[in-house]
Amino acid sequence: MFASCSDPSALEGFAWLMCYLTSGTHLLFYASFGTVLLLLAITAPIALLFGFGGAMASRSRIAPLRWLGKTYTAMVRGVPDIIFFLFVPIALDQGLEWLRHQALCDSSQPVWQGNDFVVCAAAKLPLSTSPEWVHQTYGFATAVVAFAVVFGAFAANVLYGAMQAVPRAQLETAEAYGMSPRQVTRRVLIPQMWSYAIPGLSNLWMILIKATPLLFLLGVEDIVYWARELGGTKTNAFTYPHPDWRLYYFLAILVFYLLMTWGSEKIIGRLTGRLSRGQATLAGEAMRKTGGA
Amino acid sequence: MKKLMLAAAALALTSGMALSQDVVRMGTEGAYPPYNFVNDSTGEVDGFERELGDELCKRAELNCTWVKNDWDSIIPNLVSANYDTIMAGMNINEERKQVIQFTQPYTPAMPSAYAALAADADIEGGVVSAQTSTIQAGHVAESGATLLEFATPDETVAAVRNGEADAVFADKDYLAPLVEQSNGELVWVDGHDTVPLGEGIGMGLRQSDAELKDKFDAAITAMKDDGSLNELIKKWFGEDAMLFE
Repeated sequence: MFASCSDPSALEGFAWLMCYLTSGTHLLFYASFGTVLLLLAITAPIALLFGFGGAMASRSRIAPLRWLGKTYTAMVRGVPDIIFFLFVPIALDQGLEWLRHQALCDSSQPVWQGNDFVVCAAAKLPLSTSPEWVHQTYGFATAVVAFAVVFGAFAANVLYGAMQAVPRAQLETAEAYGMSPRQVTRRVLIPQMWSYAIPGLSNLWMILIKATPLLFLLGVEDIVYWARELGGTKTNAFTYPHPDWRLYYFLAILVFYLLMTWGSEKIIGRLTGRLSRGQATLAGEAMRKTGGA
Repeated sequence: MKKLMLAAAALALTSGMALSQDVVRMGTEGAYPPYNFVNDSTGEVDGFERELGDELCKRAELNCTWVKNDWDSIIPNLVSANYDTIMAGMNINEERKQVIQFTQPYTPAMPSAYAALAADADIEGGVVSAQTSTIQAGHVAESGATLLEFATPDETVAAVRNGEADAVFADKDYLAPLVEQSNGELVWVDGHDTVPLGEGIGMGLRQSDAELKDKFDAAITAMKDDGSLNELIKKWFGEDAMLFE
C-alpha cells in the first residue's frame, strides 16, 4: 500500500508492522469483516420474513397451509444446523444446475456420470466464464438462503408464540368495533405481538451473530478463514515471515464478536423499552408507574 | 421460498444464454508452501503449482483461473464441478483414482519426512500429526503410532510445537523451510528424514473429463522433454530437489 513497503525484509519494528497490516491478504481480511456484517444485514430480514410466513401459515385456517407451516418449523428445528448448512447450498446448487441442464442442454446426456455431477457448460452456475466475484457472490447467496431457512424456522416459532400471547380481550375489543378477521390481524394482532416476540427474536439475533463463523464451513472466506490463514506460521517463502500468531488473530475476532453482541444488547434494550410502552404487561405497567421512559 | 426459487431459476436461465468459452477453473488449497500458498503482498495464489499450472495452460491454449478450496472438500467439489482440476500437492494413489483421474505426475515421487522437537522422537509408539486424508496420514495409521489429524498442514506443525504431538509427518519439501527457519526448535527425526512415499504428484481431474486430461498430459510431456519442468522444480525446491531423468 505504501511505497516504502516494496522491500519489507529491510524494515523493522513499527514500519514493518504497518506494512504487514496493510498487505494484500490483510486487506482481504478486513474486507471479510464486511462480508460478515453484510451476511447479518441481509439474512436477518429474510429470516424474519420466512419466520413471519411460517407463523402465519401455522395459524392459517386452510389445513394444507397449516401443515406446511408446522412441518417447516418442526423439520428445520429438529435437524442439526450444520447438517442444514451443508445440505442446503449443495442441494440448491445441484438442483438449479439440473434444471438449467434440462432447459439449456441436450438433456439426453446424463447428469450423473459415475462419481461426477456434470452439466453442460451453458448450464453451469455460475458460468465458468464468469469473473471470480460472481462465483463468490453466488456462494454467499446460497449461504444466505441456508441461514435464512434455518433461522426462519426458529423465528416462525417465536412469532407464532407471540401471536398466541396477545391477550384475547384486545382482539375481542377490535372485533366488537366491527373489524373483519383480517383487519384484526393487521391492525391489532401484529402490532401488539412484537412486545412478546422481542425476547425470543433478540435471542435468535445473538445466535445468528455467533453462527456467522459457519460461513467458513460453506467455503466463504470469512474472518475465521483469514485469521487461521494469516495467523499460521509463515516461512521465508512469504513477504512477511512470522511465527505462529493465530492466538492474536483469534483474539481480535473474539473482541469483534463481543463488541457486536454488546452493541446489539444495547439496541435491543432500547427497542424492548419502546415496545413495552403502554402494554398491559409487567414491563409496561412498571413504566407507567415511573412515568415512562 | 417457492417464489424465490422461481425467481432465481428465471434469473439463472436468462443469464445462462451468454455463450461460454473454455475457461478452466484450477482448484488448489493455497496453504501448502512452496507448492501452493496465498502471496501475502498480493492476496493471489502463488507457488510452484501456480507457476506450473499457468505454463501448462499457456501451452495447452486454455484460459485458466485459480480457485481456493479447503483440502477436506477438495475432491468432492471437483466431482460436483465447482472447478475443473486440482493442483494441490496431491499424490497419485489408488484410493483417489477410484474417484478422480490423474494426469501423469508433474513431480517425481517426492519424499516425506518426520520432523519433531527432538531427533530421537518416538515415531512408532508416540503421537504423530498429519493432515487429514493425505497419504502421510495413511502411512502414520499403518506405522503403529497414534495418528493425530488436522484440517490444515499449518496446524500439524503447530501441534508439534505446542507438545500435542511428538512428531509431524508431511512432504519433506513442505517441512524443510519450517525446520531450517525454526532456529533449531524443529529437527528431522534421525533416520526418518527421507521416507519415499507415493507415486509423484499429479493433476486431478473428473473421470468424465478425458479431453482435458489429454491436453494437460501433452503439455506436461512437452515440459518434461524441453527441461522446463526440471527448471521449475529447481526454482521452487532448491538445487538438490529430485528431478525427472
